[in-house]
Amino acid sequence: MVCFAEDRCRVKTDLKTSEYEAVIGLEVHVELSTASKMFCGCRNEFGGEPNTHVCPICLGMPGSLPVINAKAVEYLCKAGFALGCAVAPHSKFDRKNYFYPDMPKNYQISQYDMPLTTGGTVTLPSGKSVRLNRIHLEEDTGKNLHHGGSMTGSEYTLIDYNRAGVPLMEIVSEPDIASSEEAEAYLAELKAVLSYIGVSDVKMHEGSLRCDANVSIRPQGSSALGTKTEVKNMNSFRSVGRAVKHEIERQRACLEAGERIVQETRGWDEGRGLTYSMRSKEQAHDYRYFPEPDLVPMALDAATLAAWRAQLPELPDAKRKRIVAEFGLPEYDVAVLTAERPDADFFEAVAAQCGDAKLAANWLMGDVRRALQAAELTLAQSPMTPAQLGDLIIMVKRGAITGKAAKEVCDVLVVDGRDPRSIVDERGLSAVTDRNAIADIVDKAIAANQKSVDAYRGGKVNAFDFIVGQVMKESRGKANVEIVRTLLKERLG
Amino acid sequence: MSEVPIDIAHIAKLARIALTESESAAFSAQFSRLFDFIAELQALDVEHVPATAQVIPIFNVMRDDTIRESLDRAFALRNAPDVEGPYFKVPRILE
Amino acid sequence: MLTGHDIRDRIARRESTAVEAVQAALAAAAAAEPTLKAYLTLTPERALARAAEIDARLARGEACGILAGVPVAVKDLFCTEGVKTTSGSKILANFVPPYSATVVSRLEAAGAVIIGKTNMDEFAMGSSCENSAFFPTRNPWDPERVPGGSSGGSASTVGARSVPIALGTDTGGSIREPASFCNVVGVKPTYGRVSRYGIIAFASSLDQAGPLTVDVRDAADTLEAIAGHDPMDSTSVDTPVPHYAAALREDLRGVRIGIVQEFEASIAGDAKMAALYKAAYAELSRLGASLVPVSLAHAKYGLATYYLIAPAECSSNLARYDGARYGVRVDGDGDVYQMFEQTRAAGFGAEVKRRIILGTYALCSGYYDAYYVRAQKVRTLMKKDFDDAFAVCDVIACPAVSCPPFVLGAKADPVAMYLMDYFTIPMSLAGIPALSVPAGYVDGLPVGLQIAAPAFEEARMLGVAYAYEQATRFAWSASPKIGVA
Repeated sequence: MVCFAEDRCRVKTDLKTSEYEAVIGLEVHVELSTASKMFCGCRNEFGGEPNTHVCPICLGMPGSLPVINAKAVEYLCKAGFALGCAVAPHSKFDRKNYFYPDMPKNYQISQYDMPLTTGGTVTLPSGKSVRLNRIHLEEDTGKNLHHGGSMTGSEYTLIDYNRAGVPLMEIVSEPDIASSEEAEAYLAELKAVLSYIGVSDVKMHEGSLRCDANVSIRPQGSSALGTKTEVKNMNSFRSVGRAVKHEIERQRACLEAGERIVQETRGWDEGRGLTYSMRSKEQAHDYRYFPEPDLVPMALDAATLAAWRAQLPELPDAKRKRIVAEFGLPEYDVAVLTAERPDADFFEAVAAQCGDAKLAANWLMGDVRRALQAAELTLAQSPMTPAQLGDLIIMVKRGAITGKAAKEVCDVLVVDGRDPRSIVDERGLSAVTDRNAIADIVDKAIAANQKSVDAYRGGKVNAFDFIVGQVMKESRGKANVEIVRTLLKERLG
Repeated sequence: MSEVPIDIAHIAKLARIALTESESAAFSAQFSRLFDFIAELQALDVEHVPATAQVIPIFNVMRDDTIRESLDRAFALRNAPDVEGPYFKVPRILE
Repeated sequence: MLTGHDIRDRIARRESTAVEAVQAALAAAAAAEPTLKAYLTLTPERALARAAEIDARLARGEACGILAGVPVAVKDLFCTEGVKTTSGSKILANFVPPYSATVVSRLEAAGAVIIGKTNMDEFAMGSSCENSAFFPTRNPWDPERVPGGSSGGSASTVGARSVPIALGTDTGGSIREPASFCNVVGVKPTYGRVSRYGIIAFASSLDQAGPLTVDVRDAADTLEAIAGHDPMDSTSVDTPVPHYAAALREDLRGVRIGIVQEFEASIAGDAKMAALYKAAYAELSRLGASLVPVSLAHAKYGLATYYLIAPAECSSNLARYDGARYGVRVDGDGDVYQMFEQTRAAGFGAEVKRRIILGTYALCSGYYDAYYVRAQKVRTLMKKDFDDAFAVCDVIACPAVSCPPFVLGAKADPVAMYLMDYFTIPMSLAGIPALSVPAGYVDGLPVGLQIAAPAFEEARMLGVAYAYEQATRFAWSASPKIGVA
């Protein structure tokens, strides 16, 4: 009995998970952030008015010919070096032939048997290594817009070829991934590495990173591979995780119902949270690869490759390890702070400015993040410089402003991006350090809160903090809290 | 005449050409004569001969990553059999 | 009728003007057109405007290039900005390119004035011009006969002396065979010598543009104008372009000319053809050349090799004609794939469909190694045959064709038509330069001599052809039935 439709194979979630293990391989397509397209001089830019970044070459007009963008080759090789791949001394492009309306030539220039890199690994935070099979270079397709309802029920299709010919690298893993969590971790690590070396925006929501998952399951401990399905249409790391999890469960349910898995392509339906068969009788694919006769082969010399390798920055894994060792910060915090290179650079600059990595980390993960969320900004969008944040932290550290006032300054700083001292002055947020002035407020507070004073004297330690709070409130948060505590202790004994 | 090993209907599907039955039949007969020639190649020992995809011995022809002006959209769309607004328009895609 | 260099020189001497030359060419073409049907599009306004421009520039004393004021025609697969370009196919019947082929730009930069786009076998697939989707072109030496193909329109209009120069393309013989049929000089340059950018592709690893001209000097000048590296074509080789006219020579002392033994055995069956070529070789010898026997042992596999590689590449190159972005569309009443299939069924002619099917098959998994890869390996052997031959000779002289021009409809069987390229395919597969130069007449019909040289040795090849042409003057020794005397 064959199982392919989700309704015939309802996923049961109460199944024992111990009997099967999942075998997952990911194919990740990453758009390279070159200035121009892979084979022509049109702008490589997300968005843009439809069909304005097009020319005879990327529209596949008669007589047009491709020319390789050297920067795309460089970017792919750099990604290869960063991921421990072997860069092939000889490589070439091939044509992959199939008809699809968003593909202007009805073939895609890709690489078949001589990819630019082979091998490599992605190391997950757990320490597990996922091996790579290859990375190859190809061109992206245009975009179809389906009109009149769902894709299958549409009346007609509109095509925008702005994306056609954008350089794309395909990173193919070995089937070393064993769970949806590992799949997500793999993607996060890949994204971190690629963003560090600056070869891609790696924005899954803008389509600059796309992922297909090959999923199969087999009895625990078995070495034979089960029948795999290819799952497509995931638009975030989380949906990759969900889709993979669902597909594992679906296959398990099929096998446990005594059915067999059909080798097929399945789409992920984000809304319904399930995968569906995308099989079509029409699609008898035979890609008929052959060497692209409009291009000549590549033979990259050792000196060029060595120069590219030398240009690589510190990679995420090395950076994380160094920061943990250097500053003694928790691994989780470091992982968050260094997930993307601009964030990591920002953190390191703030730490250098204020001389306290721990405080820098706390600020970035606490008040800065909160302030950015409130202002609906990302760190990259905010005009705040690392030096300004560093100065703010120094001011707090020196007691020049109180923690509460600093939060207020931070709110302004992330939006305005100017010297924090000017914000403090403008808003009169300098800490009050005059002992006499604070003593007046303390005395008033004692008088106004006799109950709490009695409670404290009766042994209720909490009551002390309540009175401190009242003093701070009275000073509009500006009183130096150490002085407040000292004076209050003196008075209450 | 050589046996023609071609499933013309299948190949026509891959090539996206709707062939008539008479075209298919005619091609089949013509291919069988051509395969008399092609069969001669099978007799050659080419096991250790490298394949020639390109006759010119050049490598690494690449361009700098510089932007060239794109086509004005009116020119991009001018030859299109059907357009809607700024888009090329084709019949629906059945998956 | 004047040659291109005559016209250029007269204009330079102010004995004539570009406008006069273009008017004369347009008039001659118009007079011949009802019989020959050599053109798919004539562009008189554009041509006269450009000619006037050239005259104005010459009047100001500006240099206008090696072909200043010379009227020319180009095969209708060279993209011409703003001028319809069909590649002889219904599927591109309405295609107006927004760009020009590099060779078109170079020809115009050299001062040539394009008067029209010539007829051709659809997508350059054919040897008679009968595969044009629009109408067949006729041979000026006998309108009952074909002009050859696929560059039949270009050969016919030069053969009729309407224009002294036209551009064609040669994939397996598509310049040399029609040149032979129409008594003109036709040059297929080394693969990579001339940019392919903007030339509607048939088989990318074989296609090469070249001139069809009244005489060898015009061929040399035209090649000089269009050759050279183009950053838009990765397969165009960056090697200097010589001043070819400087290589033209009167005698052949010291030149070793290879005579291909396998070809001689093949042509021996036709006494008249064999006699003609025997006389041609004797003339080369008389001019001082030494004749040496050479062997092209794998040439007999040329046809099979070619009819795997060229259709395979064409099946992919022609996939883009699907009715979505340009060209003619035929809607099915269903989805986009039905539209593709109906458009391609209606838009392509029988020969194009036949080659697409054959090529698609040759690339299919399971057959790829047995057919396509094997053909590429035999291509290596064929290239080596030429390397070995050129170790003992400077150029090769051999038949361009196996027969004089045939009557329309005589080669209804596709394989019989494919055999027309028997002598020209090996040079195409090896990527070396080869030309056809008028070599006399069989039953009053013209026949060409083929001269081939090692890669990028066009100068040597043209030099030999010039000596032979000047000694024999077959281009001028008889007149075509149609055209200017």
